[in-house]
Amino acid sequence: MDLSTTETQGMLRDTLARFLADNYSFDARQKMLASPEGRDPGIWRALSSELGLTCAPFAEELGGMGGGAIENQIMMEELGKVIAIEPWLQTVVAGGGALVAAGGPLAEAVIPQIIAGEAVIAFAYAEPQGRYNLADIGTTAKSDGSGYVLNGHKGVVYAAPWATHLLVTARTGGGRRDRGGVELFLIDATTKGISRRDYPTVDGFRASEVYFENVAIPGEALLPGGIDLIERVVDECTIAVCAEATGIGRAMLAQTQDYTGQRKQFGVPISKFQVLQHRMADMLVEAEQIASMALMGTLRLDQEAAARKAAVSMVKAKVAKSIRFIGQSAVQTHGGIGITVELAIGHYFKRATMIEGQFGSADYHLERYEALTMPAST
Amino acid sequence: MNLEFSAEDLAFRDEVRAFIDKSYPAQLRGKQDEGDELTKDDFLSWHKVLAAKGWVAPAWPVEYGGTGWSQTQRYIWSEETARADCIRLMPFGLAMVGPVIYTFGTPEQKAKFLPRILSGEDWWCQGYSEPGAGSDLASLRTKAVREGDDYVVNGQKTWTTMAQHADWGFFLVRTDFEAKMQEGISFLLIDMKSPGIEVRPIITLGGEHEVNEVWLDNVHVPVANRVYEENKGWTCAKFLLAHERVGIAGVASSKRGVEKLKAVAATEMEGDRSLLANPFFRRKVAELEIDLAALEYTELRTLAGMAAGKNPGPESSVLKIKGSEIQQRLTELTLEMAGHYGAPYYRGFGEGDNEHPIGPEWANRAAPSYFNTRKTTIYGGSNEIQRNVIAKMVLGL
Repeated sequence: MDLSTTETQGMLRDTLARFLADNYSFDARQKMLASPEGRDPGIWRALSSELGLTCAPFAEELGGMGGGAIENQIMMEELGKVIAIEPWLQTVVAGGGALVAAGGPLAEAVIPQIIAGEAVIAFAYAEPQGRYNLADIGTTAKSDGSGYVLNGHKGVVYAAPWATHLLVTARTGGGRRDRGGVELFLIDATTKGISRRDYPTVDGFRASEVYFENVAIPGEALLPGGIDLIERVVDECTIAVCAEATGIGRAMLAQTQDYTGQRKQFGVPISKFQVLQHRMADMLVEAEQIASMALMGTLRLDQEAAARKAAVSMVKAKVAKSIRFIGQSAVQTHGGIGITVELAIGHYFKRATMIEGQFGSADYHLERYEALTMPAST
Repeated sequence: MNLEFSAEDLAFRDEVRAFIDKSYPAQLRGKQDEGDELTKDDFLSWHKVLAAKGWVAPAWPVEYGGTGWSQTQRYIWSEETARADCIRLMPFGLAMVGPVIYTFGTPEQKAKFLPRILSGEDWWCQGYSEPGAGSDLASLRTKAVREGDDYVVNGQKTWTTMAQHADWGFFLVRTDFEAKMQEGISFLLIDMKSPGIEVRPIITLGGEHEVNEVWLDNVHVPVANRVYEENKGWTCAKFLLAHERVGIAGVASSKRGVEKLKAVAATEMEGDRSLLANPFFRRKVAELEIDLAALEYTELRTLAGMAAGKNPGPESSVLKIKGSEIQQRLTELTLEMAGHYGAPYYRGFGEGDNEHPIGPEWANRAAPSYFNTRKTTIYGGSNEIQRNVIAKMVLGL
């Protein structure tokens, strides 16, 4: 067993951390959010074509560095530290992950575009009625000669307003909620018949409701693998947001430590009060467990499906609870200033809160874990 | 002792129901249903209906405009207004400064201010916290220096709720810098239109403008506007904080919140089963209901004590701690229920804006409410301070 990172992985982390320290201050982030596009596209360009970070998790023959889940974990953790709104999760983890798993000519064509920063991908998997069930899908992909025709509505598609491509789940057959008949497609976001309603999200991103009306797509857009592939991609995404939570949790703890050292009441820094010391100690306990679980999940992503799913659900169930505790404790310890938009801590809390539910709540993952590991006796 | 309502109580309940049904402002109801942001006039519309009926201040002594209701009738009133989803009246005049004035004020102060609190003519705000004086309120530094018949006030207050609408504010100011912390403080009523007052907004995480900074620069306040003795304002402050803590429990509105939560959870589907049938979710709802019942009966016991003439003491900290935690839990469960549709950021639509919200309507404010409601364990004396109060005043530690 070896839990250390390689020298290259360490360099990746340092490169990203340095870049973000210089370019992603809280004020800079606030400016990005307030801009019409809601982001600074120059940052993504820098991460990809200038710093070459987007190549990290891809195979060398496609222009990558031969990394994988660990590289994504490192990147997400650093992005979490500054609550970056960059579409790494959607583009590299979801889009890149789906393409790597499916392989084929589409992967060979699009992965180099991801690496170059030309492709931004949004993952349209959720539907208004579906909650966290990935197979509860009403969007249809009807076979039409050599291609498909998409009809339906995808909800809360993060990064869709910025996307060049959409990674879409749709039903080619079977009834609503059947596992069979659900497929994954990667399509050009500008295809005729796609319309969007864009909005900001509470955690600072931009997202859309995406509507498909007789959208004709080529047959090659289908990434073979069905629901098994979709579950794998979502599991990879789940672990990625848990890695992000590692960065966020640690940052919230550091900010709380810092604030309580400066804030004086009753003649002393409030960090001197034992009730706050114990709370911060508990925050550290939870932050460390998030880091441990994100690592465990990352290392188990390549196990066979049942073991992988059980591991991912353990991770997410734990991380959702821990990050909630850290966020609520950080805000409470800051007091009133913690719920204003002035201070960074509230913005970390908002992203942390959205991570709780992203790709399945604690309840959802507990239930999935129980079903996988403790099947009901007959 | 029993839990049953008498025939008179039931008749009173029917009267209250019929009154609310007939008199609750239709425009206000419409805005609440649409999730529109409420204006000052919206808040006042219900206040004025109640003032006209003589029901705006049930807790006040009859001689000052109270209703003379029994404890049970007051309980029925708060139950029925919550059940009918009536907005909560602004507490700063009715529940806070009003009782201070009728308890500690001069006859002139009572005659001048109380009728205008009842009528809604004056909107009040609370000038307590300062940037350096939050939990440690007694360390406040806003100073008032005597100059003839005036005090000249300088300093800065913060977290002043709804000060942007206020006509008057009640302020804690330091009148003796030599005295020990609590002893040099006075309680002043300040006209918010006085020269030298500036109100600056603070925007909170849900995008709301509820709280403000209030800057006071050489504000002249007549000595006649000081309540109680000079340097004895802490007595008023403590009295008010204990009263504030009772109201802060929010039992009736949390009960209404639980009912709403259950109604939505019963129709929100997760595959073939409703969310209320999900064993994880229903367990959490059940636990919340049980906590709320425990809070309700704790509050009833406190209120019964008050009816028997006891001032709410440190025990009211129990109500504040549990009431605030339950309010937060409600917003947590609502956000969990919203699933993906907790994420879209919804500000509330202005009048005449008829764009459809994203996702189900009940989910629109789920995340902003959750963020905003973190305040309940911070304001009114943070829950850490409430535990200090219990430890010191009740347990004598």
